[in-house]
Amino acid sequence: MTLILGILEEGLIYAVMALGVYITYKILDFPDLSVDSTFPLGAAFTASAILAGVSPVLTLFLSFLAGAVAGCVTGLIHVKLKVRDLLSGIIVMTGLYSLNLRIADGRANLPIFTKETIFENQFLASRLSSSLSPYTIVVILLIITLLCKVLLDLYLNTRSGYLLRAVGDNEALVTSLAKDKGMVKIVGLAIANGFAALAGSIYCQHKGFFEISVGTGTIVIGLASVIIGIQLLTPENGASFLSHFTKKEIRPTTAVIIGSILYKACISFAISMGMEANDLKLITSILFLIILVVSTERRKKVKLHA
Amino acid sequence: MLKLNNISKYYNTGTVNEMCLFQDFNLTIEKGQFVSVVGSNGSGKTSMLNMICGSIPVDSGTIYIGTENITNMPEFKRQRRIGRVYQNPAMGTCPHMTILENMAMADNKGKSFNLRPGTNKKRIDFYREILKALGLGLEDKLHVKVGVLSGGQRQAMALLMSTMTPIEFLILDEHTAALDPKTAEVIMELTDQVVKEKNLTTIMVTHNLRYAVEYGDRLLMMHQGTTVIDEAGAKKAEIRIEDLLARFNAISIECGN
Repeated sequence: MTLILGILEEGLIYAVMALGVYITYKILDFPDLSVDSTFPLGAAFTASAILAGVSPVLTLFLSFLAGAVAGCVTGLIHVKLKVRDLLSGIIVMTGLYSLNLRIADGRANLPIFTKETIFENQFLASRLSSSLSPYTIVVILLIITLLCKVLLDLYLNTRSGYLLRAVGDNEALVTSLAKDKGMVKIVGLAIANGFAALAGSIYCQHKGFFEISVGTGTIVIGLASVIIGIQLLTPENGASFLSHFTKKEIRPTTAVIIGSILYKACISFAISMGMEANDLKLITSILFLIILVVSTERRKKVKLHA
Repeated sequence: MLKLNNISKYYNTGTVNEMCLFQDFNLTIEKGQFVSVVGSNGSGKTSMLNMICGSIPVDSGTIYIGTENITNMPEFKRQRRIGRVYQNPAMGTCPHMTILENMAMADNKGKSFNLRPGTNKKRIDFYREILKALGLGLEDKLHVKVGVLSGGQRQAMALLMSTMTPIEFLILDEHTAALDPKTAEVIMELTDQVVKEKNLTTIMVTHNLRYAVEYGDRLLMMHQGTTVIDEAGAKKAEIRIEDLLARFNAISIECGN
């Protein structure tokens, strides 16, 4: 039971970040590595903000904003300075590493165990009986993740959201519509990195500390979640695996969340098979490779490997 | 009115392959004119369209719409007054979005792309109506992704989308070249109809000499960055396909082919 709860918790936290990667990778077709640093940016910001006495809920919003600013920087480097997409992400990723350390008061590890978080606070303690406590975290995470998903779905159906989808699909059309495609990309990157930083904030509050290396491999987790979810559950090109069972179409955002949970389940499975915790990143990347090989993704998106 | 003034355009500047495509090129297109442009490959037809639309910069010279100098205006800003249909039917639509979503986007051109619902439900009947006028059965496929449509269907949509909102200029870049003869015919008739209906100033580049002769009220033949034929009105109406072919052959002989 604790194993399943653990998978759900991790899966839901990373699902928020994966929603961001869904925007960059699937919608914008932009291999954005900056999430590797905006995830810890959210964590670093949250740790120091909570230590400074900012309300835990407010830090969620502020983290999103911080990530969005970082995403804008990636976008501006790519659009205005005409640096290649992959390199723009790498530049921001590398630069933010130092900035994250500064935000965390120059420390690579910043604990906030004694402080109130969205998961542990007076409000929850006074209202919930202890018998429910193992599930509170999952329930809170579920609420946040679903809220993010619903908001993203709503956004993608606005006029601005249409434009975002159009720019990854056919840039020329966005220009034809008399809109600056660069601006649209920047907006997309801002939202995506906002989600990544929000996930970092939730992660930090969940674990009770900020750690500089939490971001390593974030993009791999995000991509794996997106690819598993989309490939298994949505009828992108013809029938999906799921369409054998049901006629109803699953929204890609839902698929990404399920993909994230499935991915974390695979990792947990690998670890419970006797792998050591130190092997985590190795498992992460090998699993990602397997997913890429099994799915048809690598043939369509060779650009990603450049 | 569209005016190109002393335009020069070089390719591969500073290399041994430096090529001067346009030198002191001048062209004035009156409001409401429908200009057909023919010419061999590399004669500068598409470059001219790209310079007008701002897809490529000019090296010197000025471009005016009316009295406004648009030479340095970014491409996306010019597009507010210009509708463009490309040779490749995939360029005018978003394949992963539905027909309805594509129509709604096109309908919103010139307005703000804000956080209001992407599809205005009140307009759906209107979209259905104009799609029905195409006679391609698209009105019953509003929720189908455009990616599964045929080239002809997509090109018809692209034409519809680019002329849906008030524009002044319609730029057609060999827009029937990738279509089968029958579909090309349908799209060409549709084009003529739209142009007349909306009284658009139109520039149509085509390799189909018959279209160039039959449609439009002015004909340009381009060769190496200059216009070798430029006839309008009654004189244009007299031009036959044979005349154009003869001119093509003469040019080929000059060039040693």
